Amino acid sequence: MTNVVEKFRPLFYPRGIVVTGVSQHPGKFGAVAFHNLIACGYQGELFPINREGVASFGRPTYKSVLEVPAGRADLAFICTPNTANEQLLRDCARIGVRAAFVASAGYGEAADGREAEDRLVALGRELGILIAGPNGQGLISTRVSMCAQIVAPYPPPGPISVVSQSGNLASSFMNYGCLTGVGMSKAISCGNSAMLELADYLEYFAEDPETAVSLGYLEGVGNGRRFLDVARAHTASKPFVVVRGGVTSAGKRAASSHTGALASDDGIFSGACRQAGITRAETIEEAYEAAAAFATQPLPRGPRTLIFTVAGGWGVLTSDACVQAGLELIALPDDLRAKIDTMVPARWSRSNPIDLAGGETRDTIPELLELMAAHPDVDAIVYLGIGIQASQGQMFRRGPFWPEHGLERIGSFHESQDRRYAHAAAEASQRHGKPILIASDLVYTDRAYGNSGPLGVAETGRITSPSGHRAIRTLAHMVRYARHRQRGA
Amino acid sequence: MSYTLSEHESKQLLKGAGIPVPDDALVETADAAVRAAEALGHPVALKLCGRAIAHKTERGLVRLGLRDASEVRSAADALLAARRSGDGDARLLVCRMVGGRRELIAGLVRDPSFGPCVMLGLGGIFAEAVGDVAFAVAPLAPGDAEDLIDALRYGKLLGEFRGEPAVSRGKLAEILEALGRLGAARPEIRSIDVNPLIVSGDTPVVIDALVELEGEAR
Repeated sequence: MTNVVEKFRPLFYPRGIVVTGVSQHPGKFGAVAFHNLIACGYQGELFPINREGVASFGRPTYKSVLEVPAGRADLAFICTPNTANEQLLRDCARIGVRAAFVASAGYGEAADGREAEDRLVALGRELGILIAGPNGQGLISTRVSMCAQIVAPYPPPGPISVVSQSGNLASSFMNYGCLTGVGMSKAISCGNSAMLELADYLEYFAEDPETAVSLGYLEGVGNGRRFLDVARAHTASKPFVVVRGGVTSAGKRAASSHTGALASDDGIFSGACRQAGITRAETIEEAYEAAAAFATQPLPRGPRTLIFTVAGGWGVLTSDACVQAGLELIALPDDLRAKIDTMVPARWSRSNPIDLAGGETRDTIPELLELMAAHPDVDAIVYLGIGIQASQGQMFRRGPFWPEHGLERIGSFHESQDRRYAHAAAEASQRHGKPILIASDLVYTDRAYGNSGPLGVAETGRITSPSGHRAIRTLAHMVRYARHRQRGA
Repeated sequence: MSYTLSEHESKQLLKGAGIPVPDDALVETADAAVRAAEALGHPVALKLCGRAIAHKTERGLVRLGLRDASEVRSAADALLAARRSGDGDARLLVCRMVGGRRELIAGLVRDPSFGPCVMLGLGGIFAEAVGDVAFAVAPLAPGDAEDLIDALRYGKLLGEFRGEPAVSRGKLAEILEALGRLGAARPEIRSIDVNPLIVSGDTPVVIDALVELEGEAR
């Protein structure tokens, strides 16, 4: 085990957790964190501390940290007022705690809290306790079913790990994990980053075998050189996707220099991302979708893209997006054209995008997905319009003619077909090691999420992009990162 | 506190860092300017040069395309006459004329977070309006300079352009890499402007440069 993996073990894989500030009042943070830990089925032991020793959520509590048997807890989740925390930490050290997440506020973010924060860090160093936060919303680690947070989101286990300088952005990413099913291994809110900053967590995720992709939100870079070095080492083996907020122009820069006048803080950050192979997204959804694709799809070998649609307009819009994103909308290979001619009526587009114009029959789409993915001129495929058949199936179900008039049979067929297409796409993608991104607005617009197309995609562990534009954006990120990796190799 | 080197000093510093800078001559009198122009070969450009003179063009202190001794002499007289009391030690810089239709800017800036960063941008009169600039943290690793060139939005201008050849990416990359090395090795350099960097044929040529240093002028 590397040093960094060992250093972070008590934070993300604790044997037991001391929770301070657990009160009887379910509105207080200590009670919320304790509740969330129990409710999500934390696999280690829990030691809630309540000064009066009153039970909480039916569990007995400890009046003092010193009552906790030594060696049973190695993480403390701290929700007490900051004035109590120094003594608590000393007590925690005595029972063997090695890491603490300090959720308490009133530190560096407060007008008079700077000194308390410095003392907290110094004390942590003195006691050999790793301190996350303070003033953060918490952390999760799904491998041990740990939801140590003063907020709710708890995504399913998955390959993404999140580090965020904003608690609520960490929540957003986790909520996307809940929505799509592509979940997280770990997520942590940095809080004030007093002892551990974003780069420290990133350094850990790079080494952590449970993390396939890191996803971050940041405002300040801190030590830029270290950030760059850590990010570079990370992207050499795993993608790192980041969104940055608080993008300001640094007008304060030396005005006598032309270079300085044209330099903006964000322009330089962009350059650093390009150099370090960091995938920089502009929005939360873009970042999440990129991370989810990295986590679940093969990397493209290059930019040669084929767009496949069962109906027209989406294909046109997505082609525009493809070209604008700098991807290569390849000319449809002759052999592929000749083959498709034998499969569908002549009205199909005969070009890229491949638009079947509704001419497909029972097996056309799975067969075509296989043919496209197998073709040597193709690096990536964007498949549009999954769920149309299932959507009609649902309309049949809602109408007064169900199940008579033959509707049950045809409705079920429609639904099973779309599910089958989703699985065929994932299988062809895996078999040929090429990304097949699927986009359909039905992932959101089919009200109950009951559409078997996007549901089928979720069953394969992948996500459905809500539009062709967003699929292309994701693909462009993948192509850029793949190029970075090829350059490094 | 910071101060700027004169154009001549700035170019010498770049030259010392391995950046090709066309030959020039710093002289004190019109006679010397005429002799320097003969030696360099006409046409030449003449500029009033001194540490306190940062904005030569705005003050009309640059004369271009001087074709013979008499043009050089009258330009030199006019520039020397245009000296102001605040200009300090101001001399004449005689430079060879360099032709080219494409202008870039390159430079170095020190970011509070990332330290020295190399800049490349589109130059010329629309530079500020278009704002097509890109940065890379120094020193540049192999491939970084190429990526920096590719990061320009209007990078097409660097390809074959109206009968002129594509810019030598290798030569441009060497300049960017040298700027990065300079920034990493010399913490007292606060910023560098190479503006313009005219593309002559396929070669980017340093036409003007300004180096800003930390501290009090010595």
